[in-house]
Amino acid sequence: MYVAVKGGDAAIEAAHRWLAHERRGDPALPEITALQLREQMTLAVDRVMAEGSCLDRDLAALALKQSRGDAVEAAFLLRAYRNTLPRFMAAEPLDTGAMQARRRISATYKDLPGGQVLGPTFDYTHRLLDFTLAAEGAAPSVPEEDAEGTGPMPRVTGFLTGEGLMRAEAPDDGEAPPDLTREPPSFPASRPLRLQALARGDEGFLLGLGYSTQRGYGNAHPFVAELRVGEVEVLVEPPELGFAISIGEITVTECQMATQFAGSREEPPQFTRGYGLVPGQNERKAMAMALVDRALMARELGEEATAPAQDEEFVLLHSDNVEATGFIEHLKLPHHVDFQSELEKLRSIRRRWEAERVAARKEAAE
Amino acid sequence: MSAAVQEAGGYNFAYLDEATKRMIRRAILKGLAIPGHQIPFGAREMPLPYGWGTGGIQLTASILGPRDRLKVIDQGADDTTNAVSIRRFFQRVAGVEVTTRTAEATVIQTRHRIPERHLTEGQVLVFQVPMPEPLFRLEPRLTEARRLHALGDYSLAQLRLYEDIARQGETGSSYNHPVMVNGRYLMSPSPIPGYDNPKLHRSAAILLFGAGREKKIYAVPPWTEVRSLDFDDHPFRPMLAAAPCAFCGSRDSYKDEIVSDDRGGRVFVCSDTDHCRENQS
Amino acid sequence: MSALLQAEGLRLRFGAAPALDGVSVAIWPGEVVAVVGESGSGKSTLLRVLSGQIAPDAGTVHYAGQDVLALSEAGRRRLMRTEWGYVHQNARDGLRLGVSAGGNVGERLMAAGERRYGSIREVAARWMERVELDPARMDEPPRNFSGGMQQRLQIARCLVTEPRLVFMDEPTGGLDVSVQARLLDLIRKLAKEMGLAVFLVTHDIAAARLLAHRILVMRRGQVVEEGLADRVLDDPRHPYTQLLVSSVLAA
Repeated sequence: MYVAVKGGDAAIEAAHRWLAHERRGDPALPEITALQLREQMTLAVDRVMAEGSCLDRDLAALALKQSRGDAVEAAFLLRAYRNTLPRFMAAEPLDTGAMQARRRISATYKDLPGGQVLGPTFDYTHRLLDFTLAAEGAAPSVPEEDAEGTGPMPRVTGFLTGEGLMRAEAPDDGEAPPDLTREPPSFPASRPLRLQALARGDEGFLLGLGYSTQRGYGNAHPFVAELRVGEVEVLVEPPELGFAISIGEITVTECQMATQFAGSREEPPQFTRGYGLVPGQNERKAMAMALVDRALMARELGEEATAPAQDEEFVLLHSDNVEATGFIEHLKLPHHVDFQSELEKLRSIRRRWEAERVAARKEAAE
Repeated sequence: MSAAVQEAGGYNFAYLDEATKRMIRRAILKGLAIPGHQIPFGAREMPLPYGWGTGGIQLTASILGPRDRLKVIDQGADDTTNAVSIRRFFQRVAGVEVTTRTAEATVIQTRHRIPERHLTEGQVLVFQVPMPEPLFRLEPRLTEARRLHALGDYSLAQLRLYEDIARQGETGSSYNHPVMVNGRYLMSPSPIPGYDNPKLHRSAAILLFGAGREKKIYAVPPWTEVRSLDFDDHPFRPMLAAAPCAFCGSRDSYKDEIVSDDRGGRVFVCSDTDHCRENQS
Repeated sequence: MSALLQAEGLRLRFGAAPALDGVSVAIWPGEVVAVVGESGSGKSTLLRVLSGQIAPDAGTVHYAGQDVLALSEAGRRRLMRTEWGYVHQNARDGLRLGVSAGGNVGERLMAAGERRYGSIREVAARWMERVELDPARMDEPPRNFSGGMQQRLQIARCLVTEPRLVFMDEPTGGLDVSVQARLLDLIRKLAKEMGLAVFLVTHDIAAARLLAHRILVMRRGQVVEEGLADRVLDDPRHPYTQLLVSSVLAA
């Protein structure tokens, strides 16, 4: 009996073997490869890559395979791995204005320079299960590219800023943004820190928070000024070189929301910008992030902050799913020492309670 | 170093890179200089989940040297699964000698207990801490809690005690009962049972506390005054099961209560497995 | 004897509207001063500036020789829980609703360093009696109490450390008329017994008449009339005061 509750060595070994077995599934079926996942489970891989904050789709696919498809577990694997990597330098800010957009839409203008580009989206599909996918078939044909190409795509927020209708962002103060993975967050948090936390925050958490701002918990009357998905170049400037060189490109999703702001003593009424940027293709998260980013500006703008999405300590300290899942799941660890103290405490309080009741009954009887 | 890297299977000695260790050591020194004060630090992601001891592991990794002898306990025992897992981790990435004997260990990482045997000078006890902020149930906002610490304003914590006594005749917290360190900072002793609280007072060993997810380190240097929060006329009284240990017969050690059958049978055994073994031999 | 609290030349603007436009005021130990005026006259702002909760654009505030505006947060908090008291219009803002009545009264004692549970209970019980609450109910939460009782509890919580100066923001607002009268009586009695200085903000002329030694009439951020209570109410000189007083009489 005593042995049964303690002694974990053998149990851990066995559990790991069993886990590996479950991961593989029916051995009669071919084993799925990380490459297949990378190519065919692209959005799952993108999510893992973003929340694991390690922009490598091959590693994300491997993590997803190892985690049996559990996105949060995969993000965790990726984070732990990334943490052991040497850090050479920080990249230059991405120029999303120069993006090779595969998809670019604006809800605020019917048409605009560069055009609306629908791209690969579920948006106008009918959500009917496609049973032909159950059978393996030939690869679908590639749509033809517009011969003219899309041409340059100026950012929509640029039109509004040019007209003075969109609140100008604080100019670059030349200061390096804080690094959430190296320094603990401090409050009140700067916007770079908030955006960083949101970019690697849990998609579901941000989705719920963003949604809540639309339902009256935090004032939001948002418009999607622009949503774009595509490839951007990553540039670094090695100090010994003195100029920036390209080290490749990554896919990102960027969302800029325009939200009304009533103005204050110093500032005229105008639009403000909520900003979302997510590695990979993830429009849902980029949009939710933009909503939450805007909600978190309440303090700076002197708006009344009453909703959860406007509370930066609440949002930032609970958005990281690796932290959250760890702390929730740690409840599975043995807590019998604490529980034992609770038992003794409860018994002691109960004894006192019983004694008082007996005394009261006696008094009543007398 | 290359040999050590080899041993650890491609990782640096004790997993963390040296720059990270230096950063953590600086936080530890700061913590020792301001006993009980929480020092924010850049906690790293570890290959173990948050909440499973990442703070303690980072502390241990930063102070461990090749000649150290490491003991890891969870709930007082060396053979609970999480203790086994963390011990294995350090065997794998640091190759240090491990032991289950409290007396022989130079570094002891613990979750939720302090060993029964008196620790001595030269030993370091590393606590895994889930919530470092002792005021968090009373004031969840870190900015406000930080202000209360700065002002030394702990009337909220005292008020909580008052309410417990008024309602149930005694303090409400049976574990993780807050302590005043060096008469200045209110500190969470981590979820150790109240029974262990007095062992914090004037401890010969260095006490280090690490919270990975919350990114805080704090410390109590040797021989520091550590008082459990209480009232003069309702002194803090730790709870202890009355029954003797079914294995070693000890009456003054902290016990685990084990359900021995489905008719309400109970057996009490030492939670500290090493202490129990010593008693039996 | 010098003033306990003295403010000079206070100015504060919110946007275009001046909330305080050159206000000077002094309060002496043991004196009850009422500030009356309509809502928006600046009287609540004055209260918040005097108690150090917001900083004015210009002007000075001194309490017992200390520059209130220059106080550190620690210093202001220390004053707030020892020599000062603040009674909110809404008792729920001044009480901890999750804490028993006794705990609410005892908190300031603990903040001041009291570490004996027994004495905290004793003093809390005594204070509940002083504000005409049944000490047998000291372990009940404030929500079990009526609005008037909650307000009396808030007053006990404030006075338990025997402050010298109490700020009151419409203490009878939102209560029934009969409850108001009883509360005003209690405040008058306690202020007299304890020699309290009270700075009272109210739009209720009758409350001001009952409690105050001296009355300040505020309008658009300025003190338009000031004098002994009876003089101001019985012989108002400023047309605005005349209007205020007559509107009460008419009602």
